[in-house]
Amino acid sequence: MVLAELIAIKERELAARKPVVITCCLAAGCLSSAGQAVKEALDQAVKTASLDAEVEVRGVGCMRLCCEGPLVFIDPPGTLYQQVKPEDAASLVGTVRGGTTHVARGEPNHPFFARQMSIVLENSGFMDPERIEAYIARDGYLAVRNVLREMTPAEVVSEITRSGLRGRGGAGYPTGLKWSTVAKTSSAKKYVICNADEGDPGAFMDRSVLESDPHRVLEGMIIAAYAVGADQGYIYVRAEYPLAISRLQTAIRQAKQLGLLGSGVFESPFNFNLDIRIGAGAFVCGEETALMASVEGRRGQPRPRPPFPAESGLFGQPTLINNVETFACVPPILRRGAEWFAAIGTERSKGTKVFALAGKVKHTGLIEVPMGMTLREIVQDMGGGVPDGGQIKAVQTGGPSGGCIPAAHLDTPVDYESLGRLGSIMGSGGMIVMDQQDNMVDVARFFMEFCKDESCGKCVPCRAGTVQMHALLCRLLARQATARDLAKLEELCDLVRNTSLCGLGITAPNPVLSTLRFFRQEYLDLLAPEPWKPATPPAPLPGLG
Amino acid sequence: MAAKVFTIDGQEISATEGQSVLEAAHEAGIRIPTLCHLEGVMDVGACRLCLVEIAGSNKLVPACTTQVADGMVVATTSERLQRYRRLLLELLFAERNHVCAVCVSNGHCELQSLAMHLGMDHVSFPYTFPKLEVDLTHRLFGMDHNRCVLCGRCVRVCWYVEGAATKNFSGRGASSRIISDLNQPWGESRTCTACGKCVHACPTGALFEKGTTVGEMQKDRGKLEYIVTAREKKQWIV
Ligand SMILES: Cc1cc2nc3c(=O)[nH]c(=O)nc-3n(C[C@H](O)[C@H](O)[C@H](O)COP(=O)(O)O)c2cc1C
Ligand code: SF4
Ligand code: SF4
Ligand code: FES
Repeated sequence: MVLAELIAIKERELAARKPVVITCCLAAGCLSSAGQAVKEALDQAVKTASLDAEVEVRGVGCMRLCCEGPLVFIDPPGTLYQQVKPEDAASLVGTVRGGTTHVARGEPNHPFFARQMSIVLENSGFMDPERIEAYIARDGYLAVRNVLREMTPAEVVSEITRSGLRGRGGAGYPTGLKWSTVAKTSSAKKYVICNADEGDPGAFMDRSVLESDPHRVLEGMIIAAYAVGADQGYIYVRAEYPLAISRLQTAIRQAKQLGLLGSGVFESPFNFNLDIRIGAGAFVCGEETALMASVEGRRGQPRPRPPFPAESGLFGQPTLINNVETFACVPPILRRGAEWFAAIGTERSKGTKVFALAGKVKHTGLIEVPMGMTLREIVQDMGGGVPDGGQIKAVQTGGPSGGCIPAAHLDTPVDYESLGRLGSIMGSGGMIVMDQQDNMVDVARFFMEFCKDESCGKCVPCRAGTVQMHALLCRLLARQATARDLAKLEELCDLVRNTSLCGLGITAPNPVLSTLRFFRQEYLDLLAPEPWKPATPPAPLPGLG
Repeated sequence: MAAKVFTIDGQEISATEGQSVLEAAHEAGIRIPTLCHLEGVMDVGACRLCLVEIAGSNKLVPACTTQVADGMVVATTSERLQRYRRLLLELLFAERNHVCAVCVSNGHCELQSLAMHLGMDHVSFPYTFPKLEVDLTHRLFGMDHNRCVLCGRCVRVCWYVEGAATKNFSGRGASSRIISDLNQPWGESRTCTACGKCVHACPTGALFEKGTTVGEMQKDRGKLEYIVTAREKKQWIV
C-alpha cells in the first residue's frame, strides 16, 4: 500500500456513492430493538421498488439517540426517522420518490444533536464499519501514512503531548507523557495494549466506538506503536461485546490484506501485529496490571505499582496501555494538528468526551461534547431534562468509582479537575441523571454492591471492607442503623480508600462519600433511634462497689 | 550494588539497592507487622498490614513491595497506621470463623499474635459467619477454610518453591477460596507432592497436619527458609 493506492480507494468509494443513501443504525442499541430486521426490510423494499441504481441502504454505527431506535436516516433530504419498524420500510423507501410516511421524524436541529461535537464519533452513523474502503473514503489511514513517511517517533510523541490529550479510561493521565515514558525505555520488545474492557455499569462508549468505527482504533494503535517502538499490540475486549469483537476481527483482517498491519506497514520498515484478547467479564480486569496478567493467561489480579506498565508491563516488557477512546482521538490529532485539538476544551482538559447519557432524561444515548460544557447544558438542554416535568436531583458520573453531583452544582464545567473537586471523576463516560424519586443511599448501596461483587479478593480492605460497607448501607436502608453505624461507615470509607491495593478499592467508597457530602440528611433520616439509655447511670449494686 | 541511606522512624539506616523497606527495616531491628509476607517467596502486597508513610507523599505504601530510595523518610508506627492495622485485623476476624479456642494453631498463629501486638481487643464489625468447608481428604494434611485469610502464602510456596502448582485461588471477592488443582478435593490432586510446604507457610490454622489438636500445630518456617537459601546459594550442587 502506498499513498496513490490509498487515494485511489477513496476516489473509487466516493464515485460509487448512489444519489440517495439510507443509513440504518446497526450498533448495539438499535440492534436490540430489531435494527437488523429494519435493515433487511429496507433492502427488500429498495429491490421491490427497483431503486437499486439510485438508493443505497447502508448499515452504520451508532446514530446517538439510542432511546428512539431503530434509527434510519435518509439523505437527501436529510431526514431522521425514529422507532422504525420493518413494516415501515416500503413507505420510507417511497419517500425517495416523493411518497409520504407516518413514521415519526427526529429533529436533527435539536440541541441533542446540534450541541454535539464529533471527533471520536466523526464517522459513527455515516459509514459501514465492516468495510475498510468506507473508512479510507473518510480519510482513514491517511494519518498513519503521513506519520510513517514524514515524522520521526519523537515528533509523533511531541505532537500528542502538545495536543494536551489525556487518558479517557478514567484517571486522565496525560497521554503524551505516557507515550514518551514508553518511548524512552530501551527494550527491544515493547507492547501496545488497547483497554476495551469497559466494565462500568451503564457505560457503552467504547463499545459504540468499536462497533461503529473499529478502524479508527486500529489506526490510533498503529501510530502509537510507531511512536513508542512497539511491534506487537493487543486489544483486550470483554466477551460480552461479541459484535465489537467480530467487527474488530474483520477490521484487522482487512487492514492486514491491505498491508496496513503486519510486516512493512505502508511499505515502510515498520512492523506491527495486532491480536485480540477476550476478557471473561471481570470489572477488575480493566485495571491495567490485572488486564496484563489476564493477557498473559494468569488470574486477573492487580499487582502493586511501581513498576508501572510503561517500565515493566506485559511479559515484563515496557507496555503502553490506553483506552479505546484515547486511541480513537489519535488519528484526527495527527491529521489536523495538535493546535487544532488543543484549541477545543478547557485549559487543562482538551478535546471532546463521549458520554453515555442515561437515567431520568428525555433523550438518552451517546453524546460527544467539548470538554468544559456544563452539566446543565448536557442534561437539561441536550438531554431535555427529566421526563414529565420532574426535577433533577443529581447527576452521577464515573460509575462505581465516581460520585453524585447535586443539582445545585449543575453549572460545573465537565473537565477532569472540576469533577474531581466535587468528589466525582470524569470516569470513562457514564452519566446517569437522577430525579427526586431516587434515594441517594440506595444509589450508594447499588454501587457498593457492584464493588463488593467485583472485588478481586486480593487485598483485605477491599475484599472484606466492601462487604461490611454494603451491609451497613443495607442496614441503613432497613432503618436499623444507628448513628454509631454511620460513623463506622465513614471510618470504613477512610480505611478502604487509603489502604486498598488498586483503583477499584481506592475508589469504591466514592459513591458513599459523595452522597454523604451532598445528601447527608438522607442518611440521617434513615437512622434508627439510639437504643434507650438511662439519663443517669444506675447506682452500683450494694456489695459490688 | 550501591548502598542507599534512608530514615525509618527517625533512625538512619543503610540498605542495599533493590532491597525492600521491609527487609531493610528488619535488618535494622525495626519490626513492621506483616501477614502475607513470607521470607523466601516474592511479595504481593495483599494484606496491607505493612503499610507505611513516606514523607512528602500522602499515599501509604506497603513496606514489603516498596524499594528503598536514597533520602526516603519512612514512618511505620503513626497513630493512623496503627488504627488502620487494627481495623484490617478486625475485618479479617469478622470475615471468616476464627475461633481460636478450638483451633489447631492456637498460641502459634500469626493472625492471633498480630491482634495481640497491635492491641486489637475487640471486633467492631458484625461477624459474617460464612458456612465453609473443611477438606480432610488428603492423606497427611487438612485445609480449614474457616481459618484462611487468603494471604496466598501457600499458593506461592507451592508454585515457586515446590513447583507443584497444586494450590491456587478460585472465585473473587468474598467468595475467593484456596483450591487444589481444578477445585478438586485435595486428596484427589494428581500434582500435590505432599511436601507440606504450604502447611508450614500458612500463618493460621487453615492448613494443618492431620493428627494435631488444639494448639498443637506449630509451623516450621525455618525449613522453608533453609530450602530457599540453599537453592539460591546453590548449596546442593556438589
Ligand atoms: C477497577 C478498574 C477498572 C478499570 N476499567 C477500565 C476500563 O474498563 N477501560 C479503561 O480504558 N480503563 C479502565 N481502567 C483504567 C486503566 O487501569 C488504565 O488507567 C487505562 O486503561 C489507561 O488508559 P488511558 O490513559 O488511555 O486512560 C480501570 C481501572 C480500575 C482501577
Ligand atoms: S483493591 Fe480490590 S480489586 Fe484491587 S487488588 Fe484489592 S481486592 Fe483486588
Ligand atoms: S490457606 Fe493459609 S497460607 Fe493459604 S491463603 Fe489461606 S491463610 Fe494463607
Ligand atoms: S506484608 Fe506487605 S502487604 Fe502483606
